[in-house]
Formats: sequence, C-alpha cells, structure tokens
Amino acid sequence: MDMPTPDPAVLARRPELIRRLREVLPADAVIADPAETRAYECDALTAYRCPPMAAVLPASTEEVAAALRVCHDLGVPVVPRGSGTSLAGGALPTADCVILGVARMNAVLETDYDDRFIRVETGRTNLSVTGAVEADGFFYAPDPSSQLACAIAGNIAMNSGGAHCLKYGVTTNNLLGVRMVTMAGEVLDIGGPWSDAGGLDLLGVICGSEGQLGVVTEAWLRILPKPEGARPVLMGFGSNEVAGACVRDIIEAGVLPVAIEFMDRPCIRATDDFSGAGYPDCEALLIVEVEGSDAEIDEQLAVILEIARRHEPVELRESRSAEESARIWLGRKSAFGAMGQLNDYMCLDGTIPVSELPDVLRRIGELSDRYGLKVANVFHAGDGNMHPLILFDANTPGQLELCEQMGAEILTLCVEAGGCLTGEHGVGIEKRDLMNVQYGPEDLAAQMDVKDVFDPEWLLNPAKVFPLAASEGRRRPGAGRSAA
Amino acid sequence: MEPASETELSEAIRGAGGPLSVRGGGTRVTWRPERGAVLSTAGLSGVRLYQPGALTLVAGAGTPLREIESVLAEKGQRLAFEPMDARALMGTGGVSTIGGVIAANVSGPRRVMAGAARDFLLGVRFVDGAGRIVKNGGRVMKNVTGYELVKLMAGSHGTLGVLTEVALKVLAVPEAEATLVFHGHDPAAARAAMAAALRSPFEVSGAAWLDAGAAGGEGETRLRIEGMAGSVAYRAGRLAGLLGSGWARVDGAESAALWREVRDVLPFAGGTGAAWRLSLRPSAAPGLLRDLAAGPAHRAMMDWGGGRIWLEIADGPSDCGADGGVAAVRGALARAGGGHATLIRAPDAIRAAVPMFQPEPPGVARLTRALRERFDPEGRLNPGLMGPAEVPA
Repeated sequence: MDMPTPDPAVLARRPELIRRLREVLPADAVIADPAETRAYECDALTAYRCPPMAAVLPASTEEVAAALRVCHDLGVPVVPRGSGTSLAGGALPTADCVILGVARMNAVLETDYDDRFIRVETGRTNLSVTGAVEADGFFYAPDPSSQLACAIAGNIAMNSGGAHCLKYGVTTNNLLGVRMVTMAGEVLDIGGPWSDAGGLDLLGVICGSEGQLGVVTEAWLRILPKPEGARPVLMGFGSNEVAGACVRDIIEAGVLPVAIEFMDRPCIRATDDFSGAGYPDCEALLIVEVEGSDAEIDEQLAVILEIARRHEPVELRESRSAEESARIWLGRKSAFGAMGQLNDYMCLDGTIPVSELPDVLRRIGELSDRYGLKVANVFHAGDGNMHPLILFDANTPGQLELCEQMGAEILTLCVEAGGCLTGEHGVGIEKRDLMNVQYGPEDLAAQMDVKDVFDPEWLLNPAKVFPLAASEGRRRPGAGRSAA
Repeated sequence: MEPASETELSEAIRGAGGPLSVRGGGTRVTWRPERGAVLSTAGLSGVRLYQPGALTLVAGAGTPLREIESVLAEKGQRLAFEPMDARALMGTGGVSTIGGVIAANVSGPRRVMAGAARDFLLGVRFVDGAGRIVKNGGRVMKNVTGYELVKLMAGSHGTLGVLTEVALKVLAVPEAEATLVFHGHDPAAARAAMAAALRSPFEVSGAAWLDAGAAGGEGETRLRIEGMAGSVAYRAGRLAGLLGSGWARVDGAESAALWREVRDVLPFAGGTGAAWRLSLRPSAAPGLLRDLAAGPAHRAMMDWGGGRIWLEIADGPSDCGADGGVAAVRGALARAGGGHATLIRAPDAIRAAVPMFQPEPPGVARLTRALRERFDPEGRLNPGLMGPAEVPA
C-alpha cells in the first residue's frame, strides 16, 4: 500500500512539536514515548501499521484547537481518530503525523425529547448514545455493527450506516449540526437543533469527509421514539435469483421493512455450523424484519409472507416469541465470527443496485473459481450493500495480495453494475486506488477542491480517499509551512 | 439559452460573457435583480431510469415535477419529501422542474418524519461555473465513496453549478392516511400537542398549525398518520387517546387536502406581503411568535411540529415598511436561539434591498464564499443570490 514518504523536515521538527504540544495540553494528553505511540499504529485494517510521531488526546474543543494550531504552525499532518475501528484504514498514521484522538471527549451535553435531539461530544461511542436515551423510550438510529466500540466522530467522518438504515437512513440523515475545529484552529458551529441548512449545506459535505475537512468535537444528533416492537421472518429459497425477486416484490408491494438481510449458501453453511441456529439447507436465505405494534406487525407480515409463498420457498419460519426472533437472527449476527473461525477473511462493502444481485453473485462465483479463494456473501438486500467475505490464509505468503487483487475486481464489478466502491466503510486507504474506477479526473478534482477550501495546506489526513497521484499537486511538501 | 445536452450546457456556460440566471420552471425563486441571460434547463428533460423494486428514479434536471410525480404514481410510489407547488404562494406560472426542487431543497410537511429533499438524493450530475462536467454519488442508497457533493449541490440554488441529472430514492404511497384536527390551540398549546405526538411511537408524518387570523392567536392543529389501513386505524386511535378529547378525525382525500394546504402555504396565497420561512428549534417557536406580536402585523403557520414557521408580513406602507419585516424577524429569531429565516416572497422594492438568505457567521461565510469562488470563479451562476457582496467584518 503506497503511502507518502514521511517528510524529513517534519520529522526533524519532532522535538519542537512535542515541546509546543506540552505547552498547550495537559501532560497526560501528549503521548510521545514510542512504546506508547505504537498503540495508535493502526485501526481495524490491521494489515497496515505505522506508528505516528506523537499522539494527543485532548479533553475539550479548546484543547483540540490548541493542538491543531501547533501542528498547523509547524506544518505537521494530523490524522484524527475516533475509536480506531475503521476497516478502511481511515485512522492509519504516517510516520510524520500526529494522531489526534477524541476518545476522552465523550460527555452528553444536552438531551431534549420535545425537540428530539441529543448533543454529545463526539468521542462517545455510538451504542452509548442510544444508551443515554433508551430508558426514556428513544434511540439513535444509525447502528453500525461496531457500535459497541465505534465513536460518533468516526460515524460522522465515514457517514456510517447499519442494519436499520433502510428505514431510518444513515448518519447524514440523522445529523443536525456539528462543532468543528479547522486545521487552522478555528472553531465553527455548523447547523444546530433545527432542520436544514440556511445556505450551502456544509454539514452535508462534512459528513463523510473522512477526517479531511476538520475535527468534529460535538454533534447534534436526531433521536427517535422507539417503535412498539419488531419481529423477523426467515425465508429459504432455491436460488439467488428467486430471493432477489422476492425482495423486489416486497418493495413493490409498498411494504418498507426495517431490515432485509440476505445470506448465500456458503455463508449459511458456515454460520450454521458455528452458531447452531438451525438455518434451512438452501441456496439463499432472507431475514425480513418489520416494526410496530403486534397487530401492525401481523398486518405487514401477512403481505410479506403471501409474496414469499408465491416464490415457492424452501422454508418459511415465523417467530412467536422473543426467543424465536433471537434464534432467527442468531446465524446472521454470528456470520462474521463464524467466518473468522474458519479462516482469515477480507470483508468488502461494495454496493450494487438491488436488481443486479443475482448477476453480481454469479460473477463473484466466477472470480472465486479463478482465484481459488472461497467467498461467502452477506447482503443488505434493502439497500444493495454487499459484504462479500473472501476467505484466505494470512500465513501463506502472497495470499493477502491475491485477496486484495480479487477484492479490487469485485469492487470494480460493483461499479460496472451501477453501484459504488463502498457503502459503509469509506475509502480510507483501502479503496483509494480504485477511486478512478468510479470517478473521472474532473469528479475527483471537484471533491479535492472542497478540501482545498477547508484545509488549504492539506494537513488533515492527507493520504486518504484520493489516489496519491491525483492529490500530489495539492499535498506539496512544505506548502504553507512556516519556518521552524 | 436552452441547451439540449450537458455538453451544450457546458459550452453555454464557458461561452457566457456575463452573469447567467439559471431557470428551471421559474416557479420558486423570484429574486431581484435577476441579472444576465436566462439559462434554461428545459432541454435536459426525461426520466432515464425507474426501478420501482429498487426505489430508484433517475431523471434529467429539467424534467417537469408533474411528469415525475405521474410516472411514480402509476406504480404506487411518490417523492416522500412532499415538495410544495409554489405557484399559489409566489404568484408565478410555469412548470416546476425536479432540478429546481433539488436546487432549492424543497421539502414539505412529511420532512418531519421522512427527511428533506436532500435526504432522498442519491446522485447528481452538474456543470459548474467553469463549464466543468461533474458527477457525484450514484444511484444506490448506501454510498460513502469520497465526498458528498450531492448534499452540497442540494439547496445551492444553482450557485455552484447547474444540475443536469438527479438520482432519487422514492417510496411507496401508503394505503391509507388520517389526520387528527383540533380547533382552538394557541401556538404554545399547539406546539405541546405536536411534541407529544412526535415523541410517540405512532410515526406521525405531519404536525402543523395554522392560525385562524383570530385576535387571540388561536388556530388549528393537524397531525397526520399514514400507512396500511389497519395500522392507520390503530395508530390514530392510540394517538387520539394520548392527546385527550376535542380532536376530530379526517380520512383519505379530505386528509390529503388538509396537507396540500400546509404544503403549498395556501393561507398566504394571493397575498402581496413578504413571506418568510424559518427553521428553528421547535420548542422556541411559540416564544418567537409571542415576541413578534409586538412587531409588524402578520399571519403565521407552523409546520414540522414547530421546527418550521411561515410568516406573512402584512402588506402596506405602515405595516411592511421598507424592510419587509427583516429586522423584526431576524431579531426575533436570534432571541429564540437561532436557526435561519429565508425571504421566500417579497415585493420587488423589498427584494432589491433585503438579502434572501440568513446571514452567516464570519467563519462559515468565508467557507461558503470560497466554495462559490472555486466552483464559479467568474461569478457567472446566479451571482449575488446567496452570500453577501462582501464578507462582513
């Protein structure tokens, strides 16, 4: 994986950097000991590691601003970090950067059930946002599967989704405002506890900008009343085509489930062996979940089951209890764990138009045969987000590279089918070099122009998102650096 | 100028000797002075892809809104963000385009539950002020590939680029709808009822209050429920139980008519006074309306549970004055904790004197000005519409 060469002039300024950071931050907020900076050498894309020059853990917006001003003055790149759960290398350092972690900033600042928002410091974990409001009957909807650990800061940077997003949207649809610090140390409030932008939608472009436009320290988030209940139904089908047709028919019938999950045979086999969930022996499996009161759930499921029956399912399994519902979900929820027990695996997250699923799965099967690497597929069928899991052996030299090559072909295939490279995980470094598959030079230039406006010196997370060749002219070493 | 293709549009922009006034249907924005040659998007029309089973529609930006709505209705689907027909309020003719809807982020009563126009926008193609042809997003709901210029283009009123194509998420038209109505709430009582409804698990898809023009400030509160027939009956019943006595229930076409009235701001139709549209914290709405009682005479409507307020400042030299109520409205909004107030309709003289959009704090204003300069270096596209002529000190 290409990364920019660490700038020797920046590395030479390390002693001054540490000294000046210690002038503006408490002692325990500046981490300079190499034994300790190693803890920040990677995120959840563990194949790539590089300890930063230093790490800072500010506890307030003012401390974030002070740290950024020091780095800006000295021309030191900064890589923001939430909980470090990124699967795309979003928080991967370079040797000449400072990691700025917001994990210490996790307070709830304001909760308002009348106006239905919560204001939090962005180092707070996703699940603990819901945790702060669930006793009062509310929840925060975007729920990535890493939600126990991932931070709101990272969710905003990556515009994270989750199982609920078919009905409730992703982070950008649930974000009302942010307090953000620019690389120059300016503190801006964008949006607030009201709806929509009054002018240009800066909030909309900040969300999903992968830590490249500013460091978001506080956020106003939409909270929603919890539905009265939810219930899944499990359907087994004889082919991917039939399962895909069933999804299409459910949506065309006007029902909007809260989740539609798809698993293919390899995935069903592996997870069933692992979890003992007792899934049917079939080519494709759907789990469809709906919400409401018991009677409303029955009303929706009546329509869904009637549609399912028209497709001659191998099995239909309804739930009569919370326990049965949990059993239906058990296999799906242990899918990644099951794969992990079998093998090392690479999880992709390309998105495709829902109608293309059977065709794309067939072509993934062909790639699997050609590369000799097995693939199991999990798919958010409601919104087209695929998670092909490529199984490989990290201990065999060359397998990781082979896996990456195959992954690149799968993502290219997703784009060719009318979809995109990444539906949830973001570009980071992982898909950076595939950006030219989806976007032309003018498309990428327009995005980089936005970064030029927010961070003219390209100090914030500069090596991510854009192919290095494309961003090179804007990441000029020494540009905007003042003399040490 | 009416380019028939994206390439022609790019050439038209590159070759423009001066400012361009970007026009979809001309139904929504009538800002003055409208400078320069009119650049129409009418030639960029047509539904290019529609997959009901994937909830996806792609169309040229110049496609008439009514054409899109009719194509969707045939399959029992719709634009869930409920864009207004602005012609009654604005006193305009013309045919609204989907590009105009997106460029102005036009979002109606259902925004309170379903989201704004920009939340349904999956992808865009546009030509910027330098003639550069750009695409962003795509046609899938889950897309975090690079920056979200899609969101930046929504609500940019043609100042960063001219939309040529949009990809939208659509949703089903539900089987049934019902509205609970209460006569005699003042703004505070209305806001409390709307908040109670929106806090409930009954998925209220519209929460509005219209003043009756009565001296006591009393008016009519409306709460909408949509869904499958059994679900609507159940939820309307539970909601009525929650709210207490005095509420009437209206169903089907009658309910829909009540929401078209809210959507299109019909109480202010035909008027000539300044019409303001505010976004603020819902609980601050009654206080703001009380605050304004001391100001110029006006009528009011709340939508989004109080999160949106429409104000019509009465016309007439002594009431409207030279400023269209801008001092009173912006002052009251600041005292209410902030948000934004947009001057949607105004007599020409006021239009010329009062900026349409909420002034931005200096740091934000610097960023938005820099973005406009990036995407439109020659200042060709609707110059002066958004942002002050100079950055405030």
